[in-house]
Amino acid sequence: MLVDSPPEASAESAPAPPNRRAIRSAGLLVSVCVLLLVVVASIAVGAKQMSLDQVWHGLFQDTGTYGDVVVGERLSRTLLGVLVGVALGLAGAVLQALTRNPLADPGLLGINLGASAAVVTAISFFGVTSLSGYVWFAFAGAAVVGAAVYALGGTRNATPVRLALAGTALSAALYGYLQAVMITDNAALNKMRFWTVGSLASAKTETILQVLPFLVVGIVLALGLARPLNAMAMGDDTARALGAHLNRTRALSMAAATLLCGAATAACGPIMFVGLMVPHVVRSFTGPDMRWILPYAAILSPVLLLGADVIGRVVARPAELQVGIITALIGAPVFIFLVRRRRLAQL
Amino acid sequence: MKAIRTRGGLSFRLDVRTAVVVAVLIVAALAASVVLIGTGDFYIPTADVIRTLLGNGDAGQEFIINDLRLPRVLVGLLVGAALGLGGAIFQSISRNPLGSPDILGLGQGSTAGALIMIVLFQGTAVQVAGGALVGGLVTGFAIYVLAWKRGVHGFRFVLVGIGVSAFVTAINGYLLTKADLVDAARAVVWMTGSLNGRDWDQVWPLLVLCAILVPLVMTYARPLRMLEMGDDVGYALGVPVERTRIVLMGSAVLLTAAATAAAGPVAFVALTAPQLAKRLTRSPGPNLMPAMFMGATLLIVADWASQRAFGADQLPVGVVTGVLGGIYLLWLLVIERKAGRI
Repeated sequence: MLVDSPPEASAESAPAPPNRRAIRSAGLLVSVCVLLLVVVASIAVGAKQMSLDQVWHGLFQDTGTYGDVVVGERLSRTLLGVLVGVALGLAGAVLQALTRNPLADPGLLGINLGASAAVVTAISFFGVTSLSGYVWFAFAGAAVVGAAVYALGGTRNATPVRLALAGTALSAALYGYLQAVMITDNAALNKMRFWTVGSLASAKTETILQVLPFLVVGIVLALGLARPLNAMAMGDDTARALGAHLNRTRALSMAAATLLCGAATAACGPIMFVGLMVPHVVRSFTGPDMRWILPYAAILSPVLLLGADVIGRVVARPAELQVGIITALIGAPVFIFLVRRRRLAQL
Repeated sequence: MKAIRTRGGLSFRLDVRTAVVVAVLIVAALAASVVLIGTGDFYIPTADVIRTLLGNGDAGQEFIINDLRLPRVLVGLLVGAALGLGGAIFQSISRNPLGSPDILGLGQGSTAGALIMIVLFQGTAVQVAGGALVGGLVTGFAIYVLAWKRGVHGFRFVLVGIGVSAFVTAINGYLLTKADLVDAARAVVWMTGSLNGRDWDQVWPLLVLCAILVPLVMTYARPLRMLEMGDDVGYALGVPVERTRIVLMGSAVLLTAAATAAAGPVAFVALTAPQLAKRLTRSPGPNLMPAMFMGATLLIVADWASQRAFGADQLPVGVVTGVLGGIYLLWLLVIERKAGRI
């Protein structure tokens, strides 16, 4: 037979009883603790192994010893990882709710490719070589494509299908452009092939400072969208009947997603899988309520991202595997397992 | 729609509009081929091309046409047809216009096979093609096995495909960072999809494969059409549901992998050809035949455009299909929005 097992989700879409809420709050707390553990691991583990004492010393009594410098560098790397993780998780959750499409991610809506195309333009035509230089191009590219997708999808009556189609269309055109430049310009190719796998390795304090404002605004915006997105999940007509501002919610969601994806992609390249996967996993145990999905996604996405980064530093020591590769190699099997376990197609 | 019955009791249904569309597409593909053969550093007038193809040309033109340009055009036609047909099968089985080989990661799987050959073994063109074929088949098999759970069902199939695609893409990215710059440049050209330098060695395997698979697929066109109404309806109508799906999907994987092995993962043909065909025929069915010829026409026209606009061998055809495909979808969005259909 081909019919899926009866959707277990039906039990979870019912209003949560009070004890359920307590469990979810406790789960959130546990998630925060896990995140803290991963943060410590991210600072302690690497090509040079650090003891907790050394980590403590580096963090709080920085005297400029070699160990303290290592801790300092790892600290900015970890900080960037947390920020980018939060951004990707929230952006994925918002986009999936907005498009009512479990396949929606920054990649599908073309935002990643917008950033990539802008970076390749910066490298190839403007001779920009430093990260701090092309951060701005990447961000502008993501923002322009995000706006274009939204404009093409229709500002007044955007439907999930049209948004996804607009994203796919723009991605295709941008990908053609990207490849044309990479084929004709070896210097751009040489930069791009490292940038496009996604890595935290080049994290610097200035990078963080450059993307931080955008990320903060995006995070606040995304977290504030929980209620409107919940209303929209019931379908346009019902949502409208309930007094939801459909188009305002859509516009704000696109703005939040663009800010988050653009800044994250600019800082460390397109890391595609986190935003697609974490909201899926979260939804499987919180149910469809965005007021739970968003905080959980915001906490668990950096766990995945930093964990992947640590693994990448350990498995190929003293070299390292880029975090974008690890997240995909870990994420894909988990994702496939989830797809097999239950019907994720329904949002 | 017309029903045609012979006296022996055979009957089949002929959709007049579909037949006209197929005929027009065949003529368009052939015309574009003739124009493409005449195009290049050495221009050959259309009349001479046709005369030479019919076997009455002079020696110089015969060499240029039969040894250099004809095989390239044939590879283009076959690759386009295989991608169009494979895309139509996948979109029909997954019941999703985005369920094309590009999205499912078959092209990525072939790319991984080819990259392993280019980056790790500095392989020859034939070895790269072999790697691509194996990579595509392994990926197709993996998607099928991973998506199998009391049968392979539409949405799970697409989602698993996306998962596998992400996995393989990561491997490809890693291989690209591992490569030295010369190999990486070669790999990127391959990954774009190109018909440059293709000759009779690529034509024959593709031709044999298409000769076997296309008739096989066509015999399953009707069961596939019934499956679009859902598995339960299919069972009720007596369609061997799982067998239909296995045969068709196996064929689609083979067609896509072989096409990719010959020309690289040419973007967008498998995605757009079935959609364009559907619009032309206005028929809800899988539109296998129209999609196949639409794919062939698209690829040949795109190759001609890439040569006309940028000079032979400058920009591979995959760049043009990617850009054209994107523009097509944008146009579609504007039109549909005006008509208020989406």
